[in-house]
Amino acid sequence: MNYQYSIGCSLTNLKGIRDFIRTSLKGHGVPEVEISAIVLALDEMCSNLMIHAHHCNPEHMLELHIRVPKKGELIFEIVDDGNVFDINNFMEPNLDNLVQEKRKGGLGIRLVKSIMDSVEYLHQGGKNVCRLTKRVN
Amino acid sequence: MVHIKRLQESGADIIAVIGEIDASSSIELDLAIAKSVGEGFKRILVDCHALEYISSAGLGVFMSYIEEFKDKNVTMVLYGMKEKVMNTFTILGLADLLLIRADRQEAKQLANELSV
Repeated sequence: MNYQYSIGCSLTNLKGIRDFIRTSLKGHGVPEVEISAIVLALDEMCSNLMIHAHHCNPEHMLELHIRVPKKGELIFEIVDDGNVFDINNFMEPNLDNLVQEKRKGGLGIRLVKSIMDSVEYLHQGGKNVCRLTKRVN
Repeated sequence: MVHIKRLQESGADIIAVIGEIDASSSIELDLAIAKSVGEGFKRILVDCHALEYISSAGLGVFMSYIEEFKDKNVTMVLYGMKEKVMNTFTILGLADLLLIRADRQEAKQLANELSV
């Protein structure tokens, strides 16, 4: 089953993204605790993109694709045409450093890498595609 | 969307967080905690009963106060967290860096003990 959602790059739209993911994954036998973790990881990815690649411009659009196969891993794709913000190029910050520097950011990347099994970046049809996969039991 | 309510009880400031905290609403939490510190409270209890969701933006707010609270001798205890919210703290290992208790009674007791 495939699901698709398109939304402007305003942080107030994150709630809509979370609701879309929950609704799409419901009824597919994905455990509630896994759905919550996936919602969190995709919220982090979308908010990073909105802030760093699109400067929260609501006229810039993001597309979110969810593929739920009968068997195997769930596939999530975030499609946009901004600058690529590759989280694999960012070191996960040390928690002690974050505390000492009183930094509010930097935890999101850590969350995504902890929750998802893979994060890769592709270029398809002139667009950036960030593909995240998650194996579920 | 988040609503934040504050009330004072036995000299402690209780900040109740209602709804969801994400990158668009974490500023509300930040302002509430900053206000509490600014008003001189040494015991801050964060009521998370009605907190339905928190992303890294909200976690970052709590983290960013740890050092300031040490310097100012402020104790902050979070309590009443739902399991799904607690999971987010656990994934990042923040449950060990912040003070978290099951209910208000336990949170008050810990804050009183630590602020003596």
